[in-house]
Amino acid sequence: MYILVELLQLSIYGIVLGSILTLGAIGVSMIFGILRFAHFAHGDLITVGAYTGLGFLMMTNAPFWFALPAGMAGAAIIAVLIDQTVYKRIRRRQPVILLISSFGIGLILRSFVQIIWGPHVFSFPGGIQRPWLVWELAIIPNHVWIFLAALIIVTLLHLFLTRTRVGKAMRAMSDNMDLALITGIPAERIIMITWLLGGALAAGAGVLLGLDSRLTPTMGWNILLPVFAAAIVGGIGRPYGAIAGGMLIGLAMEISTLFLEPSYKPAVAFLIMVAVLIARPHGIFKGAW
Amino acid sequence: MELSGIAAYLVSFFTFVGIYGILALGLNMQWGFTGQFNIGIAGFFAVGAYTSAILTTPESPWHLGGFGQPFLVGVLGAVIVSALVGLLIGWITARLRTDYLAIATIGIAETLRLIIANESWLTNGVRGMSGIDRPFSDFFQALGLSSAMGSLIVVAAFLAGVYFLVERARQSPWGRVLRAIRENEPATEAAGKNIGRFRLEAFVVGSAIMGLGGALYAHYFGFLSPEAFLPLYGTFLVWVMLIAGGSGNNLGALVGAVVIWTIWSGSEFVMSASLPEGYGGYAGPLRVILIGVLLQVILIARPEGLLPERAPQAIATTRRERARQQ
Amino acid sequence: MRLLEANNIHGGYGGADILHGASIRVDNDEIVVIVGANGAGKSTLMKAVFGLLHVREGEVLYQGKPITNTRPEQMVSRGIAYVPQEYNIFPSLTVQENLEMGAYALRGNIRPRLEKVFSVFPRLRERRRQEAGLMSGGERQMVAIGRALMIDPKLLMLDEPTAGLSPKLIDETFERIRGIRNLGIGVVMVEQNAKQALAIADRGYVLATGANRFEDTGANLLANREVAEMFLGG
Ligand SMILES: Nc1ncnc2c1ncn2[C@@H]1O[C@H](COP(=O)(O)OP(=O)(O)OP(=O)(O)O)[C@@H](O)[C@H]1O
Ligand SMILES: [Mg+2]
Repeated sequence: MYILVELLQLSIYGIVLGSILTLGAIGVSMIFGILRFAHFAHGDLITVGAYTGLGFLMMTNAPFWFALPAGMAGAAIIAVLIDQTVYKRIRRRQPVILLISSFGIGLILRSFVQIIWGPHVFSFPGGIQRPWLVWELAIIPNHVWIFLAALIIVTLLHLFLTRTRVGKAMRAMSDNMDLALITGIPAERIIMITWLLGGALAAGAGVLLGLDSRLTPTMGWNILLPVFAAAIVGGIGRPYGAIAGGMLIGLAMEISTLFLEPSYKPAVAFLIMVAVLIARPHGIFKGAW
Repeated sequence: MELSGIAAYLVSFFTFVGIYGILALGLNMQWGFTGQFNIGIAGFFAVGAYTSAILTTPESPWHLGGFGQPFLVGVLGAVIVSALVGLLIGWITARLRTDYLAIATIGIAETLRLIIANESWLTNGVRGMSGIDRPFSDFFQALGLSSAMGSLIVVAAFLAGVYFLVERARQSPWGRVLRAIRENEPATEAAGKNIGRFRLEAFVVGSAIMGLGGALYAHYFGFLSPEAFLPLYGTFLVWVMLIAGGSGNNLGALVGAVVIWTIWSGSEFVMSASLPEGYGGYAGPLRVILIGVLLQVILIARPEGLLPERAPQAIATTRRERARQQ
Repeated sequence: MRLLEANNIHGGYGGADILHGASIRVDNDEIVVIVGANGAGKSTLMKAVFGLLHVREGEVLYQGKPITNTRPEQMVSRGIAYVPQEYNIFPSLTVQENLEMGAYALRGNIRPRLEKVFSVFPRLRERRRQEAGLMSGGERQMVAIGRALMIDPKLLMLDEPTAGLSPKLIDETFERIRGIRNLGIGVVMVEQNAKQALAIADRGYVLATGANRFEDTGANLLANREVAEMFLGG
């Protein structure tokens, strides 16, 4: 009985973590789908988004929830700027060169965060929350908000991808880049929008992660591995798979703390990823976008 | 600075250049020759460093061993264990495409770091391991040399040995097959080569070289902790060195190690001299930004590096890339 | 009216030239068929005309104006649509989304265009919500051609539209292509089913090693003994 409660409690944490990972993983997956490289700066984009949101709150004294749109806008713009100044110039070479470049970009972003915000640990306003007790389970209000916010963002993204011309063109480009060009889809513009969305989603993950714990310059880098794991488990290049992948990885990471040191959580994500890569190199969830 | 201070600085400078040079040669074996993307260098480095430390330190209640073995046994152990780790990882990731390999290697480095930090019985965890002796310090003392100078000589000797071996390997038929795989995998496979096997061999050799670098670091520095293996130092600098020097070119890897280490350690001087009082904490991030920006500039402006690979390069492009180039 | 003219085209994929002075011309209301052995350079010629690879020598004229080495987006906005030989649909998009992508470069209401394509391929209307990648080979070809028709092209370039189809579907496809020509659209297509294709062709070209070998009306080419021996299986 006790173990069941424990399991359910951890599952709640897992879903919360999964919501955050999902937002990051969708971005990784979209970028991979269109540009064919694993974006190693994504973790640090998550960090930048969180700090941008926090900075906006500090400057305006706006209520907490404004951190989300502010951070998303900020990271979206930064992502596009990075693409236009750096990635765009090396896009015509092997995709793996982009990967190396993005690794460096990640370090640059992280260093900027360190310079601007110093080594201090920040957290979003709100303080310690008293959990709601539901049956034997303790539910922290923020966890509910995190889940709902992620749900809303993913739903909006889904509507964008399936209902708008640009969203469909993104899926088309990810499906078949050559044909998209032949069809007359303006590749550069779509790539730019992909970065806007990827950046915004990363910031969404960052703000929610910051809300769940605290903000540190390495917060995003530390969840990059689980984010990649979620994207890969879901079948990289397929954003819808990333949702399932995110949830699976989030749950596995939290539930693993029943029998492992919590600091091994990223290793758990990693092991699942490796297992999936070996058994099903294209991810476990079928279907495309 | 006094003359002896400068001399000591130069000794430490070149020791680090030598260690990083070895790491860059190891990476060149994997990436430069074979096109295998390893950004978990820090992991192999750590395996080598801890293995040698555990083998050579005197018995201690704080970690596994130590076994009090001589320096060369420690180095040999480091090479063997990191080769085995490379074998395991290479075997698991053999069929993975480049991006997955990159993610997998960083995951392994991260996992190893977690193990080092958490498994105190093995490594003394975050408190680290100390008392790792410099190589042959008695011998060098008898010659009237400092132990640091002795380390430099040992590192230089190993660097020369590794360079000689990888350069031989590059020119051998084996090295030609590796390049052929990198350039055009399907054609090489069609020519009847067992691609997976060649890849794995290159990956294992590269890993062993990295482990050797780790062991030399442990014995020079004398102290190990998980902090030393954050991805930045172990991995990023090595990558920038190889790319700046010219991947595929062993001499380029060494030139890259010298140039980048000069910039990296030189920037520390410049920053500590020029940053205003109280802003010293900015030096670290600023230096990272410097190197990060340098990498982008090289990738954009001179992707072939300072010493480009000499063999004519005809990178096989995919249909998609070709269409994009139109 | 002269719609497209490609004169003395030389070019290739960056290495040695594949095309050594191939030429074609297409008028309005005309089906032009290109046949030739595998590897003759038929697909390469189509790509060169459409601006997908570099034309090193020679020129392409569209409605009398030079368009050599024009980027694909501009070709589309001028009313030239191209259906490649392979990978010619977006598999994870639905049929209707595939068609919508065809009209991406155009502004305005695409409903009438959709209706027009559906009237050419009624089957696509029934299956418009289906994921295109899950359709049969024949249906995919319809999607591919339908996608190209969405820009209301003046010139339609098809690379082996009947590859891999059953005899019945081949007949049906050629019938549709005649219907498209009858809408006033110039069609140039590469075909392996040379006999049937030449039978509906107004004119045809036989390509060999990147250059024109024969050119004549479809009927004459079919009647030509040499062509028959070389390319039409006796
Ligand atoms: N992407 C490419 N890169 C380099 N060479 C190519 C490429 N595509 C085709 N070729 C070469 O160009 C030549 C002509 O090929 P092309 O595809 O034009 O032939 P084709 O006449 O269309 O043949 P098929 O009937 O088989 O479709 C061939 O020798 C082929 O090997
Ligand atoms: Mg062809």
